[in-house]
Parts: sequence; structure tokens; C-alpha cells
Amino acid sequence: MGAIFPGEKVVLRGKDVLKELKDYRWIEYLLFGITGRDSPHLARLIEGMWLICTSFPDPRLWNNRIAALSATTRSTGVLGSAGALAVSEATIYGLKPIQGVSDFLYRTSEKIAGGQCLEDVVKSEVKKYRGIYGYGRPVADKDERVGPLMEFAQSMGAGEGPYTKLAFDVDNYLGSSRLKYRINASGVVAGLLADEGVTPKELYHIATLTFTAGVIPCYIDALEKPEGAFFPLRTSRVNYEGTTAFRVWGQ
Amino acid sequence: MTNKNKQETITTKIWNEIPEDDNPFAAKVCYCSGFDVYGDLLGKASYIEYLYLLFKLEPPSQNHALLLEGLAIALANPGIRDHSVRGAMNAGVGGSTHASALMAALAVGAGNLGGGREVYNMVKYWEQCGTDINTWEQMIKEPPVEERADVWQPMEHAPGFDPNGDSCTLPVRQVLEHMVKIGESENLKWLQANRERLEKFAECPLAMSGVAATVLYELQLSSDQAEMLYLLLRLPGAAVHSLEQEKLGWRRYPFFGDGLKLQKYNPTENMG
Repeated sequence: MGAIFPGEKVVLRGKDVLKELKDYRWIEYLLFGITGRDSPHLARLIEGMWLICTSFPDPRLWNNRIAALSATTRSTGVLGSAGALAVSEATIYGLKPIQGVSDFLYRTSEKIAGGQCLEDVVKSEVKKYRGIYGYGRPVADKDERVGPLMEFAQSMGAGEGPYTKLAFDVDNYLGSSRLKYRINASGVVAGLLADEGVTPKELYHIATLTFTAGVIPCYIDALEKPEGAFFPLRTSRVNYEGTTAFRVWGQ
Repeated sequence: MTNKNKQETITTKIWNEIPEDDNPFAAKVCYCSGFDVYGDLLGKASYIEYLYLLFKLEPPSQNHALLLEGLAIALANPGIRDHSVRGAMNAGVGGSTHASALMAALAVGAGNLGGGREVYNMVKYWEQCGTDINTWEQMIKEPPVEERADVWQPMEHAPGFDPNGDSCTLPVRQVLEHMVKIGESENLKWLQANRERLEKFAECPLAMSGVAATVLYELQLSSDQAEMLYLLLRLPGAAVHSLEQEKLGWRRYPFFGDGLKLQKYNPTENMG
């Protein structure tokens, strides 16, 4: 895929990085490395999406909290960011939903093309997996990112493709069902990027670093406060539900 | 000059392997510092003795084995409110991968406050001060200042002491007492005898990391080895608490919903 030739050149996917790719924006380079595609338009679409969706600097968010905790214990910034990045491969947010909803849209589209109706496909998915990645959201019901995301996509000439339409068709169905799940930002992103031909695994790789712009401010913020001051917990915050017996080892 | 026909190798004093007869990529016999791990050591050595061997390349004396055993128990679970364990639980409640829970525990538990770097720094203090109370006083009151910028933050408190503590907690005193009892260690005895004086210099109480650093120094581990072993030994608690919270889910774990106060942003105050 790529290699460095010390003192001579750097090659990625057959291109000389220092000559042929030197005018790329960093996000274009990332896109090229992952997909081999040379597309400033798609790169800009992805960049705008990540700004709107995934770089929220709130230290309460579970992945961001790793960075804040790392700062409060005076660990290093990279350890905090790397820990947060690793944790971002979560189920209730992050990489699993991002890849999962893209996979869902591709599979659903195939099934509908094969003659199944959307309602049956969605019902079956919910029954089998108890939910659908990209729909519903922890902590909040409404996703404030969906509107700005679509506005941005439309400003880029995107948002009218079949996968985006499918994503919102599922939203309409789920919203009117007893589940009341509504589409979240990862569902919209998956639809928009599927319309650009981005596969679930490509989306997963592209999204890997997206949280870091929100993570690092959380580290810096906690570092500026006294050590150990990030949400300190008294022993009374432990809600013990284990055995009430006081046991003695060996007896 | 590199011989281009010669394959590059990994140099080690720790591990040697004899290949299987039918597969050069599989080991038939593995030696750790000369001991046949699966053909001899397994079943004879305790886990703690093997752990010691890995770091030191020699089997431990009886009291060194006891010290490491005691330390391993003391550190195995830093407690559910420990920052590193909280890092791991954050992974658990979000349904993150199990490896990421340990990575989070390591990231959070690596630092100057109760973490691996604190142990590293205190072992350095031990190397410099030994059991000379005057040198300790000077080191604590006038800590060394690194001129060059580093990825690590400068220490904000005396290493091995708890800047947020009021008095030396009972578990810390119990662990120290146990180590003194089993360790036949002048350093540990000295720490126990001088704890209160050191705490006065530090203006805060001795922490578990301070006892751990002293035990690791007593085991004649370098500051790098001490930091690494301390990081390893604290992971079991992170693992089990993360698994428990994964089952309970994010709804039953503190989100601190109303705990964040957004201050008015002042660009000049926050620049740089």
C-alpha cells in the first residue's frame, strides 16, 4: 500500500506523496489512503460531517471522559486521547453504530430490491437485534445534529440519494412505531456517504479519528484544574448491592 | 555495516525458543532465563515467582516473593472510585471493546496522581535519597525541575503522597504494616518510622503509590521496571468493574448530567 524510502520519497497507493499528493488537504489524503479515491468534494463532505457530528468537547461523554480523567491524574495528552479513541469503538455511540447503520442501510436496500417491504425488514431487524444502529440516542431523545447535517449536505449538493431517502424512510416508520426511535446523526451520515459509494468498512476507517477534535479540549480543560478535581466521588457514591455478610478469609 | 543477507533478529536475555520439528514458526520449548517454562517451571513456580523471574531473570528470595505477592494483592483492585477504574467503567457502560477498557485504565492510571509515573518518580527519589531524611526533606521541598519540556507534566505534589488526602488512610497503613512485617526490609521499616515526618515535608499523607514504589524499590527494580509492573498489577480491578458496569449499562452509571458548569469563555485567559 505504501512505504517510505528514506531520503528519497514516500509512496501511497502508487502516488508519490511529496510530489503528486502534496497539495491535498489532510482529509483528502486520509480519504485517499482508505479508499484510493481522489475526491475533494467527498473529502469536504466528510470533513463538514465530522465537525457537526462527532467532535463535541463535553467531558461527560464517555470517550471524552477518558481524556478528562487522564488529565486530572496528570497522564499524558496522547495517552488520554488514545484511550478515548479506543473507547470510541462503543455500542451505544461511536464506531459500532457508525459502521452498523451503514451496514443496515446496504442490507435493507438489498432486501427491498429483492422484493421485501421496508416495514418487514425493519421489524425483523428490531426483533433480532432489539434495536437498529443509527436510530435512537442515549441521554437525549432528539438529535440536534440532524438538521444542521442535512443543511450542510444540501449545500454540498448531497442529500437527495436513495440511501439518504431510505435512512429517513426508516426514521418515519420507527418514529411512528411504538419504539419512537428517531434517526440520529450516524444514520444520516451513513445514508449520505452510502450515496457517495462509501462502504461500511470504509466509513469505519474514515470515522476512526473523528472524535479527537472534541477529546483534546476535554484533556486541556481538566489539566487547567487542580489534580484529582474532575468529578471527585465520595464513598457514598458507591451503591453496593453485593452480599451483606462480613466474611473472614479461610473460615 | 549491515549484512544484507543476514536476517534482522530480536535480541533478548529473557526468552529463548526451540522450534517445532515441523514448523519453524512454532516453538517447541520456551525458556525464560534458562528455565523451561512449559516443561519444568509450570507446576513448580507460583505466578508471583514467575512474574518476578520475568522482570529480574532470577527466582525471588522467599521474602521478595512475599513482598511481591502482598503488593499484587494490595494493587489488584485500586477500588471502584479510582480514576483508572473509572476509565475502564466508562468503556464498559458504553459497550466498548474489552481491550479498550484496559487501555483506558492504563491511560488514566499512568499519570502523576496515583499512577505509574508517580511510582517512577518516587523510585527515583528513593535512588537519590535512600534512608537519609535530610535528603528526602530537600527533595520534597525543593523538587528537581526539568528544564526541557516533556510529554509528562511536572509533578505538582511529592511523589508517593496524596495531595487531596487529609490523613494517611487505613488501607495504606495496613499495607505498609504488612510489608514491614513480611519483608525484612530496612527501607520499608524506615518509611514506616519516618512516615509522619515525610508527610509533614510533603504537606499531605502517604499514598498507596508511595508504599508500592517503596516495595518495588526494595525488590531492586529500576524506576522503569517499577512503573511498568505497577501499571500491570492494577489492571484486574479495572477489568472486573468494567465488566460489571457493562452488564448494568449506561443508565445506571453516573453521567453527571447537571455537574458541568460552562463558564464564560475568555479568549485571552485561555490562549496558549
